Amino acid sequence: MSTTTEQLSTRHLLGIKDLNEHDIQLILDTAANFKEVLNRPIKKVPSLRDITIANVFFENSTRTRLSFELAEKRLSADIVNFAASSSSVSKGETLIDTVNNILAMKVDMIVMRHPYAGAGVFLSRHIDAQIVNAGDGAHEHPTQALLDSFSIRERYGDVAGRKVAIIGDILHSRVALSNILCLQKQGAEVMVCGPTTLIPKYITSLGVKVEHDLMKALNWCDVANMLRIQLERQDIAYFPSLREYSMLYGLNKEILDSLDKEITIMHPGPINRGVEITSDVADSKHSIILNQVENGVAVRMAVLYLLAGQRG
Amino acid sequence: MKQSILLEGAKFQITIKRLCQQLIENHGDFSNAVLIGIQPRGTYLAQRIQKEIQEMTGHTVQLGIMDITFYRDDFRMKGTSPLAANSTEIDFLVDDKEVILVDDVLWTGRTIRSAMDAIQAFGRPGKMELMVLVDRRFSRHLPIEPDYIGIQVDSIDSQRVIVSWEEVDQVDSIVLVTETK
Repeated sequence: MSTTTEQLSTRHLLGIKDLNEHDIQLILDTAANFKEVLNRPIKKVPSLRDITIANVFFENSTRTRLSFELAEKRLSADIVNFAASSSSVSKGETLIDTVNNILAMKVDMIVMRHPYAGAGVFLSRHIDAQIVNAGDGAHEHPTQALLDSFSIRERYGDVAGRKVAIIGDILHSRVALSNILCLQKQGAEVMVCGPTTLIPKYITSLGVKVEHDLMKALNWCDVANMLRIQLERQDIAYFPSLREYSMLYGLNKEILDSLDKEITIMHPGPINRGVEITSDVADSKHSIILNQVENGVAVRMAVLYLLAGQRG
Repeated sequence: MKQSILLEGAKFQITIKRLCQQLIENHGDFSNAVLIGIQPRGTYLAQRIQKEIQEMTGHTVQLGIMDITFYRDDFRMKGTSPLAANSTEIDFLVDDKEVILVDDVLWTGRTIRSAMDAIQAFGRPGKMELMVLVDRRFSRHLPIEPDYIGIQVDSIDSQRVIVSWEEVDQVDSIVLVTETK
């Protein structure tokens, strides 16, 4: 129990890189309180009733956008949604101009997804509002990593000491980098697994194990986080065919049953069923994929609440 | 710093027992009443009341603990940071129940206003009452008055009232602290 005033060490949430261990614990602890709120008959608190948030999405999203929108509504914030595809961006407006126009309408916080790495950092240097990165290119996706850690903590009690394998297209994944940083800051061991072409060359400098054999990775880990093959970001062919990838790196029921221990299966979505994971695994009791989605709202509420608390 | 003890020892226990008697007088077998302890320090009083009533009557009153951090009206106003939240555990609906809010010290009344807001998320109570161990008189910012009062204290804003509980502080006492220069 505590009545102390605690706050994040950062004004924006641009990436896990900027958070320290205390920040991560504070977010996850606060998220646990919000998860309780979400199980009440009335799932809403008035904390952010004087805050206006713009959801600015320059890239497609289902889960993240809905999750942020629900989190904002359950904190009583006013929200505006902006999708680049239906906006003046297609008429040639720059990022700063677009965002400054949104801010001119008295918006306090910006939740942004952008196809280019560093878009959030760039924006934070030029505008006054607080920025939450909802995914920037293949760089970071901090709220996804936080909700993944929250889900692991919920399953095992603690993230420290857990072995987590991130399997799939590491090269194009922002979820992978944010997860590696987030898990390591909490004392977990991390392994990445995938075909050589989809593992970044210098990834070992982050202190992660690298494995190319799916069975070895699964036998090592407590938690397997399966990533999607991001065909839309692949400008060249990184492997001969999806069928071959699926045979070598796809997780199915037979493989799962052949392990001598129970592991937890996670997936940040969207799932390509039959490619990186089969339906029977995705829907099995080992899978906490839908728990991740549920926890996403609570974690995003915690992030928005703690950031808003810093506005004097 | 000057400390004066307002209540301790046997008198403290008598006060708790009196509060229980008053509750029993109004709520009988507690079939429709619930206690809600307000986090963080109202929970100790609520638990103590529940235990005493159990011993005195054999009835177990339903008890919930509630955190009001997300309902505060001073969020972001102190120019510092949000208060870290505590847990809320209310495993029942309060629809049509007689809800007894329990807190240790009543001062400005703002916490209780937040609590009245927060309880609505668990249903529509039939009636709401307020029990406090210490009522700091003449210091209210809002028109809120308690139904059950342990002791009343006349104090000024710069003074602090600190309630200690044996469960966590090794002693039951109420102390008035005056900062001296």
